Amino acid sequence: MPEGGLAFDATADLGDFHLEAAFEVAPRETLVLVGPSAAGKSTCLALIAGLRRAARARVTCGADVWCDTAAGIDRTPEGRRVGFMFQEYALFPHLRVLGNVAYGPRARGRTRAESEAAAQRWLDRLGLGEVAARPVTELSGGQRQRVALARALASDPQVLLLDEPFASLDVHTRANVRIELRSFLDEVGLPTVLVTHDPIDALTLGDRIAVLDHGRVVQTGTRDDLLEHPRTEVVAELAGVNVYRAELAAGRGLKEARAGALVFHVLADDRRGPSFLAFAPSEVVVSAERSPGSPQNVFGGTVREVLPLPDRLRVTVDAGALVVAELTREAGASLEVKPGRRVWLSIKATAIRVYG
Amino acid sequence: MSGLARAESSRGLWAASSILIVFLAVPLASLVVAVPPGELAAQLASPMALRALALTLRTTIIATALCVLLGTPLAYLLARGRFRGRDILDTLVDLPITIPPVVGGVALLLAFGRRGLLGRHLDVLGIQIGFTTVAVVMAQVFIASPFFVKSARAGFEAVDRRLEDAARTLGASPAHVFVTVTVPLARPALLSGVVLAWARALSEFGATIMFAGNFPGRTQTLTLAVMTALESDLEAAAAISMLSLILAIGALLGAKRLGAGRGAPVA
Repeated sequence: MPEGGLAFDATADLGDFHLEAAFEVAPRETLVLVGPSAAGKSTCLALIAGLRRAARARVTCGADVWCDTAAGIDRTPEGRRVGFMFQEYALFPHLRVLGNVAYGPRARGRTRAESEAAAQRWLDRLGLGEVAARPVTELSGGQRQRVALARALASDPQVLLLDEPFASLDVHTRANVRIELRSFLDEVGLPTVLVTHDPIDALTLGDRIAVLDHGRVVQTGTRDDLLEHPRTEVVAELAGVNVYRAELAAGRGLKEARAGALVFHVLADDRRGPSFLAFAPSEVVVSAERSPGSPQNVFGGTVREVLPLPDRLRVTVDAGALVVAELTREAGASLEVKPGRRVWLSIKATAIRVYG
Repeated sequence: MSGLARAESSRGLWAASSILIVFLAVPLASLVVAVPPGELAAQLASPMALRALALTLRTTIIATALCVLLGTPLAYLLARGRFRGRDILDTLVDLPITIPPVVGGVALLLAFGRRGLLGRHLDVLGIQIGFTTVAVVMAQVFIASPFFVKSARAGFEAVDRRLEDAARTLGASPAHVFVTVTVPLARPALLSGVVLAWARALSEFGATIMFAGNFPGRTQTLTLAVMTALESDLEAAAAISMLSLILAIGALLGAKRLGAGRGAPVA
């Protein structure tokens, strides 16, 4: 593992579910932990910071071992050097902005003057120099977020942990703050773990993305990697594509791929056995009658859900398994798609990606 | 001023409230009327009143300090700790509030008196607690500390745990977090706990007379002095009572002032 990076590996029982996760973050890299709520994302951060205990855990930062239950090592939170930005920021309401940011250096034994000077430098750097003397309760959401970031950084951390950094911002602020944060993280160059439930955060901020579901890392990869080769439902939803686990027949040319109740016909000369199939909803043609031509994949099904998007409709059809299709609003109107309607779906073999 | 929208319902409410208001106000007013200012000064200059006042201030201040010193860790433990027997501990802390103070006094005597459970061992060492000023303080702590603990506990519980976690990640030890984050945020509840405990210690009577007796200069606090004075001189009793009333009003005003100073961030 490269010098200065973070490595995390833990098993923990957390009442109603079991966490078993491992990941590494290189220096200067941002790893986004994404997944549905209660997947164990925040717990991972708490374990890295030493705010929770696990049955088995190993956390290292560069050459420093922060926790190794097997060796009986478990440093206190103040003995690890993490910059933790909490959900809703957890700013100290009884301190002013400067007092919040100076708290870290002060707690680590620097003099008051030194601490406040360091705090002021971080505030200036984040464009908050003017609000240093204000109570934190008077700040806007975006300002509070930057104060939290300044506070985390002023304690001179070796790792940055960000828990849902955008959750308490309104939609307009979000986009701007996301761009700012991205360039700031690049500038600071610390190994960073960012937790979010929002796929857009994950796709815009992560050098790498780890998908967590029910306490397990179900897929890790770069953004392109994940979008092209989703292997789980969570990632498929993130990438907005249909994904199926299928058993692929041997042989060349057009061949069968059994995915539960659905039997696809695909082109994948160099593969056989267990595989993933993926296709975009826009590749699915929806019609009222069985198409007279001969597309390789035709399924009859019942419309379960219709989701109107700004320029099109997203239709979920039960054809033995669920298939998501997209069609124009005009096409949707002429087909009279609504839940319960019988429709036919056709997908070209060439539109289906096959991978292991 | 009135948050009630309709005048008639407001009038009804005042009518319904008036009985208790009158009932509370009349006896207190009688106390004030019974003692003309000149008479008050003369009575209070008596050695009995002065000694009782000095002893009361001394013992209640020490007792309140002990409540804070010993009660703060317990309040934090009850607020934050997750352990077996927490409910039992909780009930134990509530009991001195609910039992009659006289019973508390008997219990203290049975524990720390000369023949008491612990007292008999202390007696061997030549230490006697019963019927001393120390006993007065102990009786006050026994009766008053639950008031501080309950208030402080509620204050600690209201402090967002993530603020303490944040302080830890910023490099602060648990003790530093407690002093710089938890206590400042729980300050209003802690101060109101101090005032409650002190007020309760001031009014202590039952446990004190059982455990410490009624010896002028040694264990005779204001409340005990009122009882003694009442046997011979109603005016003296009223004057000393008046003094207690003044102390109580002072405590309440102090509490309001301290409470009003909260919320403004420092540093």
